[in-house]
Amino acid sequence: MHNFFFGIFPYIALGVAIMGSIARYDRDPFTWKSSSSQLLRRKQLIVGSILFHVGLIVITLGHVIGLLTPIQIFDAVGISHGAKQLLAVVAGGIAGVMALVGGGMLFHRRWTDPRIRQTSSFADIAILAMLLAQLVLGLGTVFVSLGHLDGHEMTKFMSWAQGIFTFDGAAASYIADVALVFKLHLILGMTIILVFPFTRLVHLVSGFASPFRYLIGRRGYQIVRSRRSAPLPARDGKAQRSTPAE
Amino acid sequence: MSHLLDRLNFLQSNELEQFSNGHGQVTRESRDWEDTYRNRWRHDKIVRSTHGVNCTGSCSWKIYVKSGIVTWETQQTDYPRTRPDLPNHEPRGCARGASYSWYLYSANRVKNPLVRGRLMKIWRKMRESLSPIEAWTKLQSDPILRASYVETRGKGGFVRATWDEATEITAAANAYTAKTYGPDRIFGFSPIPAMSMISYAAGSRYLSLMGGVCMSFYDWYCDLPPASPMTWGEQTDVPESADWYNAGYLLLWGSNVPQTRTPDAHFYTEARYRGTKSAVICPDYSEAAKFGDVWLNVKQGTDAALAMAFGHVILREFHLDRQAPYFEEYCRKYSDFPMLVKLEEKDGKMIPGRFLRADDLDGKLGEENNPEWKTVAFDEASGGLVAPNGSIGYRWGEDGEWNLEEKAAGTETRLRMSQVLDEDHDDVVGVDFPYFGADATEQFSTGDKRPNVLTKNVPVKRIKTAEGEVAVATVFDLFCANYGLDRGLGGDWVAKDYGEDIPGTPKWAEKITGVSADRITHVAREFAQNAEKTNGKSMIIIGAAMNHWYHMDMNYRGVINMLVMCGCVGQSGGGWAHYVGQEKLRPQTGWLPLAFALDWSRPPRHMNSTSAWYAHTDQWRYETLTAGEILSPTAPEGDWDISMIDYNIRAERMGWLPSAPQLKTNPLEVAKQAKAAGKEVPQYVAEQLKSGDLEMSCEDPDAPENWPRNLFVWRSNLLGSSGKGHEYFLKHLLGTDHGVMGRDLGEEGAQLPKEAKWHDEGPRGKLDLLVTIDFRMSTTAVYSDIVLPTASWYEKNDLNTSDMHPFIHPLQAAVDPAYESKSDWEIFKSLAYKVQEVAPEILGQETDIVALPILHDTPGELAQDQVRDWKKGECDLIPGKTAPNYIAVERDYTAIGDRFTALGPLLDKLGNGGKGISWNTEHEVQHLRDLNGVWEDGPTKGCARIVSDIDATEVVLMLAPETNGEVAVKAWEALSKATGRDHTHLALPKEDEKIRFRDIAAQPRKIISSPTWSGLESEKVCYNAGYTNVHELIPWRTLTGRQQLYQDHLWMLAFGEGFMSYRPPVDLKTITEAVQDEGDTLTLNFITPHQKWGIHSTYSDNLLMLTLNRGGPVIWISENDAKKAGIEDNDWVELYNVNGALTARAVVSQRMKDGTTFMYHAQEKIVNTPGSEKTGLRGGIHNSVTRATLKPTHMIGGYAQQSYGFNYYGTVGANRDEFVIVKKMKKVDWLDQEATPKEAAE
Repeated sequence: MHNFFFGIFPYIALGVAIMGSIARYDRDPFTWKSSSSQLLRRKQLIVGSILFHVGLIVITLGHVIGLLTPIQIFDAVGISHGAKQLLAVVAGGIAGVMALVGGGMLFHRRWTDPRIRQTSSFADIAILAMLLAQLVLGLGTVFVSLGHLDGHEMTKFMSWAQGIFTFDGAAASYIADVALVFKLHLILGMTIILVFPFTRLVHLVSGFASPFRYLIGRRGYQIVRSRRSAPLPARDGKAQRSTPAE
Repeated sequence: MSHLLDRLNFLQSNELEQFSNGHGQVTRESRDWEDTYRNRWRHDKIVRSTHGVNCTGSCSWKIYVKSGIVTWETQQTDYPRTRPDLPNHEPRGCARGASYSWYLYSANRVKNPLVRGRLMKIWRKMRESLSPIEAWTKLQSDPILRASYVETRGKGGFVRATWDEATEITAAANAYTAKTYGPDRIFGFSPIPAMSMISYAAGSRYLSLMGGVCMSFYDWYCDLPPASPMTWGEQTDVPESADWYNAGYLLLWGSNVPQTRTPDAHFYTEARYRGTKSAVICPDYSEAAKFGDVWLNVKQGTDAALAMAFGHVILREFHLDRQAPYFEEYCRKYSDFPMLVKLEEKDGKMIPGRFLRADDLDGKLGEENNPEWKTVAFDEASGGLVAPNGSIGYRWGEDGEWNLEEKAAGTETRLRMSQVLDEDHDDVVGVDFPYFGADATEQFSTGDKRPNVLTKNVPVKRIKTAEGEVAVATVFDLFCANYGLDRGLGGDWVAKDYGEDIPGTPKWAEKITGVSADRITHVAREFAQNAEKTNGKSMIIIGAAMNHWYHMDMNYRGVINMLVMCGCVGQSGGGWAHYVGQEKLRPQTGWLPLAFALDWSRPPRHMNSTSAWYAHTDQWRYETLTAGEILSPTAPEGDWDISMIDYNIRAERMGWLPSAPQLKTNPLEVAKQAKAAGKEVPQYVAEQLKSGDLEMSCEDPDAPENWPRNLFVWRSNLLGSSGKGHEYFLKHLLGTDHGVMGRDLGEEGAQLPKEAKWHDEGPRGKLDLLVTIDFRMSTTAVYSDIVLPTASWYEKNDLNTSDMHPFIHPLQAAVDPAYESKSDWEIFKSLAYKVQEVAPEILGQETDIVALPILHDTPGELAQDQVRDWKKGECDLIPGKTAPNYIAVERDYTAIGDRFTALGPLLDKLGNGGKGISWNTEHEVQHLRDLNGVWEDGPTKGCARIVSDIDATEVVLMLAPETNGEVAVKAWEALSKATGRDHTHLALPKEDEKIRFRDIAAQPRKIISSPTWSGLESEKVCYNAGYTNVHELIPWRTLTGRQQLYQDHLWMLAFGEGFMSYRPPVDLKTITEAVQDEGDTLTLNFITPHQKWGIHSTYSDNLLMLTLNRGGPVIWISENDAKKAGIEDNDWVELYNVNGALTARAVVSQRMKDGTTFMYHAQEKIVNTPGSEKTGLRGGIHNSVTRATLKPTHMIGGYAQQSYGFNYYGTVGANRDEFVIVKKMKKVDWLDQEATPKEAAE
């Protein structure tokens, strides 16, 4: 069982997430959106949404960097395991509380506002509930972590996560003895990855993608999609601009 | 191929090039996403159609079809250009029209024939052993069985039926009714035929072949302004909207053009750009108000006072102190101003009486033909009396002098308008005019304590008549006195100065209307100045707002007087533009034979709906308005103290108004008796009526023999929209749950009617069968016994015209009728064949007797120059002269279907025509045989076929002068004969033009000018009413032949309406102590204008419209009124009075004038309407708090222009004088509960 959840299930979750996303993007590209309900009611949305999103972005980046960066790099840079653990607990804890408060507001709004409730799908409500549950579990791990601040437990998760991505057949065994709350947190996390393509969570990809284009490279403020496949022939002189006289 | 894979092209740079120094970038990213939007708007075909009921905008639309489904619609933009100096007619069509396609596939669509469950169950059981006729007979003769389905009307429980079953029940019911009670117990109601002529004609043709009753709508809707037939002898004729552009001054009076005439509003905007000045008069800050240079927010219901003050200023400044030459000439030639009125003595006082006629004078001025119908004036040149050309006496019995040439007896004349100069009059006498201003109820009172008779000095001439010496005055001199103008003749009640508070002055009007005297003077002066400078290009656009009051005639005549004084009527860019429920069926004379089966039998049965519903829904049993309240203090002696229904009965008896049903005894039986007695039908009926063996139905509307038994409602939402006194319909006509809270006259112990027989118990559930034909489940459908699914407006072929533009264009089937629906033409055709199948069991070839009232535009309109009632022994009963005519009509119930689909022989035999002229039409009938094909055998052998709806359109287009140039020339020739002037030049250039259905399918077509209408459609002028009267010298079809501003009928004088005056709204007494609750604080005047969020006055149950508004019924109230009753915006409120109650949300708006509440028409009871706390029933509609009441002056008949015409003259259903209590609801109860297992099982 343990091997299934932490050795096989990660691949199922990642596989479904990737294949499902591709399928959705190809079949129904117009459903790839955040489905904002701001038009229906602004109330509670702005504060809740900012808390929730900032919290989640910090947590997500923290998890990705924390889990997938090889331990040697931390060692080389000179960050001790204990310090990393402390950083994770403090930053993760603050971000987690922010996300939980914001998420709570959003859930309350989604559940009680008749307009929003009417227009919510099952998936809309379920994914929000799952994220809230995951936040509660995640914050629950903080208390366990406070019991062993030396960071050795943390390295187990790093080994496991990196093991999954390096197809290490023994990956599951690295976390065989961690506390139950961690295991639940992991299982729910992978389930969220599994359902990712079937929910509004997909806006995570487009949401990250859109502003980056301007942040990276700054290739022009106005972007024109042409039907042409080849550039216009170069003109003499200065500006490539047509005037009525021409 | 794949959105993702296509993006994975890292080897090729995404960037194509840069521009603007690198600020812009061209990429080669995929543009496939655009195809989604391209496909969204991609379609298979576009078909021309339009919106076919109710809305008279008559906009041509493109209907888009995709995969066999109608997807959306957009405006057509291919109207023919008219004149170079005129803006385009496009765009025509509003957002509401664009929402129509929603209906086609909505949940509200009627998809199958539906029959009330209990009725269906009984029917199926009976049909196991009985024939259809036997089954219906048995069902009707068992009161318990009958009640079992009648009482469930409006309570759900429909089941699907087959077409065969549904038409079989209907046909059996119709045949049984014809046999048992008479065919005139089969009623049919459908409005505004112009919007889908063939759909209307289908039902009316069926009814007319059966002998059933076609009910009017224009008068019932109160859109008919009786002032128009009174003044012009014309139902309603108006300028097309393009003519607004030609106006120099536009007065919008109670017309909210941008909201209710949206497709035409652009001409108003364009006129403003052209420099036209505009004043807007309305109580609320309407959408039109912002167009005006000035907005006059008159108190609702007091418009006549404003009009009178306008007229006072115009008369003073343009007719008296200075005579504007154009106005003088115009009034002399085209109004009755010069005509002489006899002053009659009553109690030692002089009152204006009848017009002086040639008959009054010794020698009759040499007039042999109709001298009693030829009015008389003084000739300025000779100083003698003349009977000028054009009066109605010249119209009938002779040819050549019925025209407006300034001639009398062949010599040139110049009529004298005024006798005010010393040398012109013999005397100045005091003449009594009634004054009603002091009669106002509390809500309209200004504390006016003036007497109700005002004596004013008038110059008179004394002349010798056959009866001795009489004093006569010109209409103009009396008219000026009536407007309260001091002409230096001394006496009281006349003013020199606008600041004097004398009835008629601006100062007086200011107190009543709330509009300052300065503004009144200013607007009147500008209006007239413009008319003087432009020869009449001042126009008044006018709407239902003023016409829906009980005393609408006063409002309208006040307006018409202004226009005539300023010479605006009949001039391009000027005149009276009444746009309410317009009824311009342009190819009318081609349509009439098809619609009323005149090709098979004449006359058809027509009924004025107001009187019919008033009687048959028993609203008369609750009448609170007595004749005494509205009678003039100057009324001549007479038996005036009778109730409104009594007046109506007298009118029917004297042949003024039509009747339905007509005789208490089945007319099929009466005809048999006549035959057995060996007598002619008219003679036999007259004898029987006189002896009392035969009774007219109108005298006992509650007797079971006189109930309407079957009712068809098609193209209409009678119960959800136009049914004034909605709750009375439910109580008495339908016999189901109702919200009537008042008690009838018997219970109140009030004075009972004298002529109408009183039954202590008002009957409940008069109808045996209510059949509604609709494409949607309207409120009416919900209350019906059978609902038949009809084709929507995008699923049938039909014709459409309007008075807003000069084009004719089609409805077309973009797709086949969805689900099991069929077009109206197919439905009535199948019904006709079904009758042919089931009726022969009891009916064969029968003789029917049709009672025909004295009709306008027939020689009969000269029937009664005196009012005499045969029943009171004042005269003999002469059918067609002192009573209705009784005409034998042959019917063949074994060939109803065959006749329905064939053009009958009477057109060949009797020709065709309309409005008093007729022509031979054999040529056109032969054309139709060639075009549509001929029936080879059977009872209609040799007749042209009218099988499909397109065949039917061809009949209309071929026979009508407006769409067949050859007929137009024939029609003008016929008129030329009567007038003695050649008018054919108006149509000769288009003689070869024949418009067919495929022509208008290609593009809307301009119609051809015809004498059916008083305007021209040509390359030179816009269509404008009265144009041919003024420019071709064709008389108006009135007593004087001129625009008649004085009405001299006995009843007009009795009710004080010889001249216009201000009459305050009447007191309907609907807020009684019994209906009031403790703590009711807010009582408001209940006004029902046209809505913004619905297709015209109906069709508000459309999801798109509901989304734009508040998704259910709303009323509007002012901020101050809302505060008084503790109401906040969007609160649920209840409105009620003795007539019933309704629920709605409140829209609290600064737009509203204090003291009024608006509820837009026809917000369906079936959409988001909670239960009423007052009645315990679901909501109510806007007509739940109204009740129709009649006005005797609208019943006048047999008197020139005041003669009956279908949808033309008659009683109108006014509803604006009504008051309601407005209260915030304590608890909003949706009355939603699960069905009990028993209910569910049914």
